[in-house]
Amino acid sequence: MSTLELRQVSKVYGQGAAEVHALRDVSVEVEPGTMVAVMGPSGSGKSTLLTIAGSLEEPTSGQVFVAGQDLATMSRNAKARLRRQCIGYVFQDFNLLPALTAVENVTLPLELDGISARKAREAGLRALDALGLADRAPSYPDQLSGGERQRVAIARAVVGDRRLLLADEPSGALDSENGETVMRMIHAACKQGVAAVVVTHDAQLASWADRVVFIRDGRIVDQTMPAPGPESLLGQDR
Amino acid sequence: MSVRHALLALLSEGPKYGLQLREEFEAGTGEVWPLNIGQVYTTLQRLERDRLIESDGDDERDSPQKRFRITAEGDHELAAWLRTPPNMSSPPRDELVIKVLVAVRVPGTDVHEVIQAHRRYLVELMQQWTRIKDADAGRDLGLGLAVDAELFRLDAVVRWLDAADGRIKRAASEPPARSRDDLPRLRTKAVSAR
Repeated sequence: MSTLELRQVSKVYGQGAAEVHALRDVSVEVEPGTMVAVMGPSGSGKSTLLTIAGSLEEPTSGQVFVAGQDLATMSRNAKARLRRQCIGYVFQDFNLLPALTAVENVTLPLELDGISARKAREAGLRALDALGLADRAPSYPDQLSGGERQRVAIARAVVGDRRLLLADEPSGALDSENGETVMRMIHAACKQGVAAVVVTHDAQLASWADRVVFIRDGRIVDQTMPAPGPESLLGQDR
Repeated sequence: MSVRHALLALLSEGPKYGLQLREEFEAGTGEVWPLNIGQVYTTLQRLERDRLIESDGDDERDSPQKRFRITAEGDHELAAWLRTPPNMSSPPRDELVIKVLVAVRVPGTDVHEVIQAHRRYLVELMQQWTRIKDADAGRDLGLGLAVDAELFRLDAVVRWLDAADGRIKRAASEPPARSRDDLPRLRTKAVSAR
């Protein structure tokens, strides 16, 4: 079963002359343990795709399934619970709460979900430790570097038992080394069975994905084929 | 890629045999630049002729037992080469650029589709390089540097395609602001430079 499936999803904003087709008949499936990158120019609909996949917005037509559940058949509360328990988000500008420490930011979604403060803290510290940030747990976001803040955001996105990670330009303002670290972490989460969708215009980030989907004017126009092994690149002259 | 200077660099660490030089060259470039043993010995002969390296005694030519060491002249040549920027002033004749320029002029051609075919190929190549980098997990510095060089090179081409895509889209919807005669002509410049 796919962790995420979009079936012929369309999204229209506005009406009449002001009508904008942000997505047209988009179908995507993301299996557990795989990373799909969505590449396209700004205004191509890639962020809309992500907000619909994350149940933050509803499609005008088509169906969205997360972990096998049709979002259209779920109540508001059920969708909110699904978002808290199953979906992790990583945004370009990190979206950490400035008044909370790194570990409090990470544990917030667990506590909102009714998990005891002690258990949530343990899980939060484990997630930070896995990303090499154990010693930064008591720091506030403004005491962290950009790269560290984004790692905290990733820890928050994968803490608990998240199965779907949605990232919008996750290394937007970071230098290439920190950008690579972020992608390595998302990749590592996928190796643990998480399904990830990464929206980006950056080919170097997209190249970490198992599959790259190209979107243009709201339509998926192309995708990469499964690549041959490294031997096709190494030792070409022999 | 200057095999000549790469061999000088390896010999700057100490005397070495031909076969050893090939192995170390490949290991140092993360096997991204494979080298055949014939190339190694031809280059060593030339370096010896130019007195940049010298070999042990009277061994038979190309013998695997022959050991090479760098000379003072060789050290000097290597230091000068490292600090001399390669010539990047004239644009290379790029087949991909030519294809896109031609596609714009061929009637009935969807240039965006042409661009996408190239973009997909480049991203697929980048996925392969990234997989190599991921599998190595930062253990081999030479490999990391060489793979990054490829990724940045391919990334620059993808960015150019993205920019070309946008420029062609805008050009189709907006009339040109100036007539052709007002535009600087590359060809005129090239002719007068001769």
